Parts: sequence; structure tokens; C-alpha cells
Amino acid sequence: MESIEPSEKPVITKGIDHFFFNFYNILKFIGRFFVEAFRPPYEIREFIRQCYYIGNKSLLLITLTGFITGLVFTKQSRPSLAEFGATSWLPSLISIAVLRALAPLVTALICAGKVGSSIGAELASMKVTEQIDAMEVSAINPFKYLVVTRIMATTVCLPILMFYNGIVAMFGSFVDIHLNEQTSLTTFFQNGFQNISFLDFTSSLIKATVYGFTVGIVSCYQGYHATQGTQGVGKAANVSVVISMFLIFIEEVIIVQVINALR
Amino acid sequence: MKDFTPEIDWNDKVISIRGLYKSFGPNHVLQGIDLDLYKGENIVVLGRSGTGKSVLIKIISRLLYPDAGTVNVLGQEVPNLDVVTLRELRLKVGFCFQNGALYDSMTVGENLAFPLRRNMPGMSKAERDKRVALVLEAVGLSQTVDQMPSELSGGQRKRIGIGRTLILRPEIMLYDEPTAGLDPITCTEINNLINEVQRRFKTSSIIITHDLTCAKATGDKIAVMKGGKFIRQGSFDEVFGSNDDELIQEFYDYNFIQ
Ligand SMILES: Nc1ncnc2c1ncn2[C@@H]1O[C@H](COP(=O)(O)OP(=O)(O)OP(=O)(O)O)[C@@H](O)[C@H]1O
Ligand SMILES: [Mg+2]
Repeated sequence: MESIEPSEKPVITKGIDHFFFNFYNILKFIGRFFVEAFRPPYEIREFIRQCYYIGNKSLLLITLTGFITGLVFTKQSRPSLAEFGATSWLPSLISIAVLRALAPLVTALICAGKVGSSIGAELASMKVTEQIDAMEVSAINPFKYLVVTRIMATTVCLPILMFYNGIVAMFGSFVDIHLNEQTSLTTFFQNGFQNISFLDFTSSLIKATVYGFTVGIVSCYQGYHATQGTQGVGKAANVSVVISMFLIFIEEVIIVQVINALR
Repeated sequence: MKDFTPEIDWNDKVISIRGLYKSFGPNHVLQGIDLDLYKGENIVVLGRSGTGKSVLIKIISRLLYPDAGTVNVLGQEVPNLDVVTLRELRLKVGFCFQNGALYDSMTVGENLAFPLRRNMPGMSKAERDKRVALVLEAVGLSQTVDQMPSELSGGQRKRIGIGRTLILRPEIMLYDEPTAGLDPITCTEINNLINEVQRRFKTSSIIITHDLTCAKATGDKIAVMKGGKFIRQGSFDEVFGSNDDELIQEFYDYNFIQ
């Protein structure tokens, strides 16, 4: 396996070197992902297993945060709308906020924390205990088996979880609106979905897919290139989460700019 | 000493290494290694910790690339192989890791079946189970088939690791410190297992160790590594017959006085 340490240099140049070195390596990693992902045989079983793990790990947390976001956001928005006597706008306000911004971001951050860290730690521990090398020498392609399946799983699962999160958030909001304004479920959803455009829908789908890919790439990269024995495992998990979250926010800003330009 | 005479074919070199160099940055690990392994032979590579023994066998199985030199395994030049040929070669070269490197999300049985499932997709489940049972019997751990690796002792893990390597019926076995960190009785068991593998499966092996007992029990030839080179090669008695050399003396001290 290729070494990923830059050579001995003064601190500052070394820092810059390190940055570009990592950048180059990540690009190479992404490139390798695309090459191996589309080359048969496909690891369908392992992919499904990973999807199941991701759902299993994050479903409870996503349900909980979804419900609470919806509920709290409704509660917080009501006074401002009430000033204009416009509380009947609440459903459409909430649905736009949830679908456009909250659901993708909340789901992505939870997956980064829960799934990213566990992928990072799992691959790192396989790396430092030579399990990845062991696959390699027994003629098994560890990149395909471990990395490709995980990145595909996060990329596919995150949008699904995002929509689930959105629906749960809407229910959270409905509970609060129902208790205060006695709106029925049908009216609530009719009002809510009135103002949702196809662009909202697709842009969220794209966002969630990009975030899922980011979490997968970052955590797999960190895990796959872990060093320094057991210490490296904790570091890989930690760095996976930090970098994933950071990138998710940057991507959010960029995607929102692009979408607004299209709107 | 072995209780059988190994069948060595002195006309058939399965591994031939010439002028092998490898550095990590300023750390010059291998500095001109020459080594020949003949069919059916067990070579023991002795050397202190950090001399680059693991690096050597990792280069043989192309987990690492050499900086210079030729590494010929079963007639193929390892550093230049394309992916497909490398894959075929790796099926014939087994690698036993220092700590077993068992997949800890799988049971022992699944660990053993995994290389078969991946590399021989045509094989039926019944046949796979039969091979797993056979290998478990060969390493003497049939009862552990449903256990997780975390439930095994260090010695058991190493034996399962050897078993998992054997299951693909390799022609060459590379053992990385098979006896390190084990008590003398377990060491003897592992040594016997290595010899049994040589006798039963007709493998050629490179055994890396710093344990003289293991070297004496399993090696048809001993190669002593120091400063990135082999400073001595020969039978155990040739290498250790005259203990004038400082390093050889060190080994004696380490193994017998401690
Ligand atoms: N991937 C790597 N990157 C950088 N340095 C490495 C790498 N692998 C090994 N080294 C260095 O190479 C040297 C030899 O390591 P190696 O693992 O081969 O030693 P060894 O002889 O097997 O020792 P031990 O008996 O402790 O296993 C060490 O100094 C180590 O730091
Ligand atoms: Mg070693």
C-alpha cells in the first residue's frame, strides 16, 4: 500500500505540503471509488448489509430530532406570524423550512456523527490490526468490499433518511398546530405541500446525496489510511466527524447559492 | 528437529530475491537482500525487532513496493505485476500475520470460509464447510468454529490465522513471527503445526522469528538479518556452530539466559 506521509521539510512548507498531499490523496481516493464502483462484480450483499447498519444506527436519533425540530420550529415561529394574524401560514412555512433546509442538514449532521464516526473507527481498527492487509493478500479487493460498499450505502441512505426526517418533522409540527389551531391532518398537509416546488424537492435530494457521499468518502478515507496503532482508531473516528461536518456546511452554502440562482 | 525429511527440489526456485532495497524516508530498512527459497524448503529469517523482517515479506506479497532490486515469486516479477496476475499469484502465496489479523466481525468459521467465498464463487456451501472443517482439524481447533475471534487466546488466533491462510491451498507460506508472545508449550505446538503444514501440504515457507527454538525446529535453512542485509545463511548448525559473531551471541543471550 502506498505511504501517505510527506517528506521531511521545514514546518511551514511541510504544512502546505501536507495539505496538498492529503488533497491529492483524497482526489485519488475518490477517483478510485468511481473506477471500482462501476466495475463488476458488484458487492450487493455487503451494500445491503451496510444500508441496514446505517438505518439501524441512526433511525431512532433521526426520528427523535425530526420530531423535535418540527415541534420547536413551529412553536418558535408562531408568535411572529401571530403578530400579522397569519398563523394559517404556519404549515407552508414549516414545510418549506423543513424540506429546503432543516431535514437535509439535520440528517447529514446526525449521520456524520453517528455513521461517519463508526465507519472511521471500524475501518481504522481493521487497518491497524492488519485485517485490510489480510484481505489484500488473500486476493480479496478490500477497497471494493469495504470502501465502495460503505460509500454507496451512505450516499443512498442519506436521502432516504432525509425524507423520513422531513416527514417526522412535519408530524412534530402538526402535533403543535393541531393542539393550538385545531387544524386537521388533511388540511395541514394540503396547506403544507401547496408551496413545495419540484425544485425544492430535487435540490434537497441532491443536497442529501452530496452529504451522504461526503460522509462516506471522508470517513472511509480516514479509516482506510489510519496509522499509529490503536491511537489512530480514535483519531480516525474523531477526524471523520469533524471534517464531514465542516464540509457539509461548506457544501450547504455552495448548493444554496446555486439553487437560488436557478430559482 | 523434524521427525521427517522434507522433500526439497533444489532445481526449483519458488522465490528469488536479488539486491532488494527499501527505505522509509531517512530510515533505510533493507539494504541489499539476496534470498532463494526452493520448492519444499522452510527458510527461517532471524533478526532483531525493527530490522525489516516484516517489510521483506510484505514486499514479497506486494503490500509494499521495493525501491530497487528484483523479487521473483513463482516465476513472476512481483513489483511489475498487473492486477489480474497479482490476484492469481496471491492465491498461491499465503501470508500469516503477526497477530492473526482475524476479521473480528466474523466467527472463526466465517473467517475461514471468507477467502473461499470470495475467490471460489463456484464452490458449493457443503464443499466449503468441508474444507473449513478440514483446516480446523489440521490446526487442532475444531471446537472454536462458532466462536468470535475476541473469545480466542493469542495462540489460538495465530493458529486460526494460519488455517485461514492454508484454506486456499497456497504453494508458499509466509509466517510473520508465528511464535512471538506465546508460552513455550504453545510455541512447540505452533512449530509442529508449521512442520505439519510443510509435510502435509508440500509448501515452501519463509518463517520470520526471533525465537531460536522455533528457528531450530522449523528451519531447513537459517538466514540472519542485520543492518538490512543477511549476514549469515546456512543450516542451523552452520550458523550457530561457531558463536564468535556478536549478533549470534546476542541471540543466544536473548533466548537462553532470559
Ligand atoms: N509502512 C511503513 N511506513 C513507514 N515505516 C515503516 C513501515 N513499515 C515498517 N516501517 C519501518 O521499517 C522498520 C522495520 O519494520 P519491520 O516491521 O519490518 O520490523 P520487524 O523486523 O518485522 O520487527 P518486529 O520483530 O518488531 O516485527 C521499522 O523501523 C519501521 O518503523
Ligand atoms: Mg514484524
